Amino acid sequence: MNKQNRRSFLKTVGLGATAATAATYTPFAIGGASKKVVVVGGGMGGAVAAKYIRMMDKSVEVTLIEANEHYFTCFGSNEVLSGVRQMDDIKFGYHGLKGHGVNVVIDKVVDIDASGKKVKTAGGKTFAYDRCIVSPGVSYRFDKIDGYNAEVAETKITHAWKAGSQTALLRDQIKSMRKGGTVIISAPPNPFRCPPGPYERTAQIAHYFKQHNPTAKILVLDDKEKFSKFGLFTAGWAKHYGYGTDNSMIEWVKGSAGGKIESVDVAGMTLSGDVDDYKGDVINIIPAQKAGHIAHVAGLTNKTGWCPIKGNTFESTIHANIHVIGDAAIQSPLPKSGYAANSEGKVCAAAVVALLNGDKAPDPSYVNTCYSVIAPGDGISVAMVYNYKDGKINKVKGSGGLTPGKFDAKMRAREQENGYSWYDNIISDTFG
Amino acid sequence: MRYTIVKSTLLVAGLSLGAFSQAAPSGEMLGNTCAGCHGTNGASVGNAIPSIAGLSETYMVETMNAYKSGDRASTIMGRIAKGYSDEQIESMAGFFADQEVYKNTNQKFNAANVAKGKALHDKYCDKCHTEGGTVADDDAGQLSGNAKMFLEWSLADFHDGSRDMEKKMAKKMKRMIKRDSDAFAKITDYYLSGE
Repeated sequence: MNKQNRRSFLKTVGLGATAATAATYTPFAIGGASKKVVVVGGGMGGAVAAKYIRMMDKSVEVTLIEANEHYFTCFGSNEVLSGVRQMDDIKFGYHGLKGHGVNVVIDKVVDIDASGKKVKTAGGKTFAYDRCIVSPGVSYRFDKIDGYNAEVAETKITHAWKAGSQTALLRDQIKSMRKGGTVIISAPPNPFRCPPGPYERTAQIAHYFKQHNPTAKILVLDDKEKFSKFGLFTAGWAKHYGYGTDNSMIEWVKGSAGGKIESVDVAGMTLSGDVDDYKGDVINIIPAQKAGHIAHVAGLTNKTGWCPIKGNTFESTIHANIHVIGDAAIQSPLPKSGYAANSEGKVCAAAVVALLNGDKAPDPSYVNTCYSVIAPGDGISVAMVYNYKDGKINKVKGSGGLTPGKFDAKMRAREQENGYSWYDNIISDTFG
Repeated sequence: MRYTIVKSTLLVAGLSLGAFSQAAPSGEMLGNTCAGCHGTNGASVGNAIPSIAGLSETYMVETMNAYKSGDRASTIMGRIAKGYSDEQIESMAGFFADQEVYKNTNQKFNAANVAKGKALHDKYCDKCHTEGGTVADDDAGQLSGNAKMFLEWSLADFHDGSRDMEKKMAKKMKRMIKRDSDAFAKITDYYLSGE
């Protein structure tokens, strides 16, 4: 037991009588009587932060408030589109967190009162906190594409960028598409959740078509000139799906060549850029993004639409005692990825525990690892180690990088298997 | 946890000498960044990525340095190991050495091979990998209950020469294969049984 835990332990024992009579949540608790953390959002960042705070210091009372009973992982959801995984394979609940003593509340947070240190829910409850961790993920800038909105996304032209019902809808649309039809994917401008995601999605849909609809086409209309793992993806598309040949299943149009989309005609299933119109049988628009809704309501965002934070604690630079982790935070050079959210959640957990105990936040360390599967037996990865120096997060020089470009079948097969193993372990680390 | 305290002391000493400009995350802080792939505290529930919980500190340091230098081939570990100083590698190795060894006994294996695998292990492997490589004092890799594909790939790589091994291990492996050409499958099943 280290110094900190020993002290926490004594405190808990001393307050035993109070704790025993306390309800599962204590509205308007008097500050100093206990250490309360409220975590808003039970995704990859929020869930792991809640769990690790409890692992680090059992005297901290942690309440996690999440709107949904189950979480569907965004990573792995592209494999639902190809049929490699089923929806149930990417679906997880919160029993594991309860086992760590996290008070899990299924409700929707509607407001965070930063000066009163209170979180309010749609269910009418109020939760007092000493420190709040907000992990709201992303929301979508529907206004950037004329004719697109949340309702269209739920019913006809999906974004499927938060895994769940739209993932299943897009899968069904792909399955029932006419022979030789075209799927259009509109890829977003930076920054956005999961930078390699649209291109892995392209590969996974192509993998499905190769088996079930070999004359089908996938047209990727990109807002950008280049994308994550560009060389590896385009080489993989070429190797497996004929990319670059006359007979390619995949066509990719960069922003300056007409890939930027300005509007959608939902009834006519047509996307329009400044020059060309594109008609598809299935359309998937991944819109430009910003921090999740509650971050805006709580005033945690700046003019970029994302949340500025201190890189060593993830405490908001706008509101004290509120920390923002995961995709919503301005955490660059860390990417907006599940692994980065995991790493940020733990750095934040350690900082929150230290600060609640009157200690200095510890020196952080962060990692990102991201796997993509181009085709069965062909996995690729990108990795990076990060430190905190000169008041900011930095890539550690000489570390990280991509899977080597030269194709090595043995290593690619291992990368895929390691990617699947990574999936199992990050899930267990987060929800287990 | 005691490593946290030791490292903090080193940092203070370093600062007073003016030689220490780099931040010094604790072994726990560093170790937590590994858990996304290797499981919480290094206990892997996956069947390809190995567990690193409870590994000998010496073995872990050697392994990370071999990845860092490229002496040991890898998919991703070479890229990651290059991100850490010698002190940081020692620190994270200390953290994992403090964890309990984890055996994943939820992996499929051929039960009919277990007894034969045990006999082969006892004859050819046990001298250095006591109790299936779960004794840290051996300064050797964990075999019993480790990830299935990790075990298979390691054996294949040693066998085809793409991973170096000590002379005495090469000799033993050669003898084992000579006695039973299916020895790798049998010892792997024995390890997966977690016995």
